[in-house]
Amino acid sequence: MPELAHAADRRDAAWWVDRAVRILVLAGGLSAIVFIAGIFVFITREGAGFVFDRFDFREFFGSPRWTPTSSHNPTYGALALIAGTASVTGLAMVVSVPFSLGAAIYIGEFATGRVRETLKVLVELLAAIPSVVWGFIGLSIMNPLIIQTFDVPVGLNVLNAGVILGLMAAPIMTTIAEDALKAVPDTYREAAEAMGATRWQVTFKVVLPAARNGLVAATLLGVGRGFGETMAVLMASGHSINLPTSPFDSVRALTATIAAELGETAAGSDHYGALFTLGIFLFLVTFAINFAADVFVRGGQRKHRRRGRRPAASANP
Amino acid sequence: MSVPVRVSEAAGFAIEVEDLAIGYHGKPALSGVTLQVPTQEIFGIIGPANSGKTSFLRAINRMDLMTAGMEVSGSVRVEGRDVRSWRNPYALRQRIGVVFPLPVGLPLTIYDNVALSSRLRGTRKKADLDVIVERCLRRAALWDEVKDRLDSLGSLLSGGQQQRLTIARALSQDPSILLLDEFSIAVDPVTTMRIEEVLAELKSEMTIVLVTNLVQQARRLASRTAFFLTGELVEVTETETMFEGGAQDPRTTAYVEGKFG
Repeated sequence: MPELAHAADRRDAAWWVDRAVRILVLAGGLSAIVFIAGIFVFITREGAGFVFDRFDFREFFGSPRWTPTSSHNPTYGALALIAGTASVTGLAMVVSVPFSLGAAIYIGEFATGRVRETLKVLVELLAAIPSVVWGFIGLSIMNPLIIQTFDVPVGLNVLNAGVILGLMAAPIMTTIAEDALKAVPDTYREAAEAMGATRWQVTFKVVLPAARNGLVAATLLGVGRGFGETMAVLMASGHSINLPTSPFDSVRALTATIAAELGETAAGSDHYGALFTLGIFLFLVTFAINFAADVFVRGGQRKHRRRGRRPAASANP
Repeated sequence: MSVPVRVSEAAGFAIEVEDLAIGYHGKPALSGVTLQVPTQEIFGIIGPANSGKTSFLRAINRMDLMTAGMEVSGSVRVEGRDVRSWRNPYALRQRIGVVFPLPVGLPLTIYDNVALSSRLRGTRKKADLDVIVERCLRRAALWDEVKDRLDSLGSLLSGGQQQRLTIARALSQDPSILLLDEFSIAVDPVTTMRIEEVLAELKSEMTIVLVTNLVQQARRLASRTAFFLTGELVEVTETETMFEGGAQDPRTTAYVEGKFG
């Protein structure tokens, strides 16, 4: 039967569109990987010269002396910068974890209808505030406030940058944590509530344990955000090299160092290479954090695999 | 647990419903239902989809509180008292066990699933919980299959096992009323028969309301059966009478004989 053979082999418009879309999305997906790999290759290549010729592991991770512009004895100790970034990020998490968890639990489990929708939009708006604006708040509001309240000479310090960074990271962490709560099927809530559990008991005994992995992922992504944030930290931390011993010490962050110094170095110099080495270090740390977050999210998905709503696609913003 | 005075138990009714109407966002789902459920028997509710059976159950344990847009009017009395006069609806729900159509194994261990209700009410001692967990799992005919893996996730059990886990969890509330909503929808026939045997044993201890899409299941288990059709209670009749052609309404006879639905 010739007609039947024709129908079996004829490639119609839908077939061609499908083929074209396949190629387009493949190209889009590959380009993301290519760009990331390209960035990694670039910073590695720029930093490679320094890493192989000048890099001293003990100096880099063990010395707080970062004096790359010294004419007779430049030193490249990144310990103070790492400590600066770590202390600011640590304090930021102390601020943002309770805020974002509380907000996510309220929005996801307690608020209903209009209140819930309004809050979600507001939180997303907060997440869109540019970091330079946060830095501005750190400089012009937090700075005098800290000087007055704690009677210290300088208000640009770990406390200032940590609070600013915490407030900055909280909205995105709230959004991701709320996604994790939303991925818990409603049937769980209904079953627990039908047993006579109060809303808080349902949240605490059933929803939070079920969403635990997603909540950990939200926190980790907040940590990654803190590590990578530049402008707000540059403006609020005081930008002076210090191993902090109290929240009122000024510090300098890894990212802020790169941003502030790269423009003034000669391409190819030791200083230039050292800044790219900081970049490689940052890249590896944030990569590890994001990877860990991803592992946690997948762990969470497995738990609900058998039934219920599909979990949120990915925690990567 | 203290035993509250059960006014209507003398009269023999666990649930008394008068002129009950339920709607969602102003759209009626059920109206004009008046019936009594005698204590310690299995009360069957049959009817095709969208006849209001599930809504009826939801009104009994005040799930309308957590369902957006659900409106209830008329009166539902549990143990002689209007459910809307319970100031603590959580206490009401603790007295009523619910089994949903699709089994819900909470993402906790098997042990924690069954111990949850007791823990919510403040039982902390491991020895007490052990006794409760074993007793409830045994009564739900699940103990032998899971006794060696009480620490594995309840949500990873098979559908039929999860449904028995759900029943064990409901029994752990020590309920005076058990509501079952089409429990056998996702359960194989062998497990269904096992659960039916469990229910037949349980009725000496509690009142059971069995909503079912299988008319023969109501025939096997229920002493009395109500027939719901498109948001209306057609009739409540002794099950035997209903299935022997003695229904008051011809639509009931047609439904139980499989002519529609």
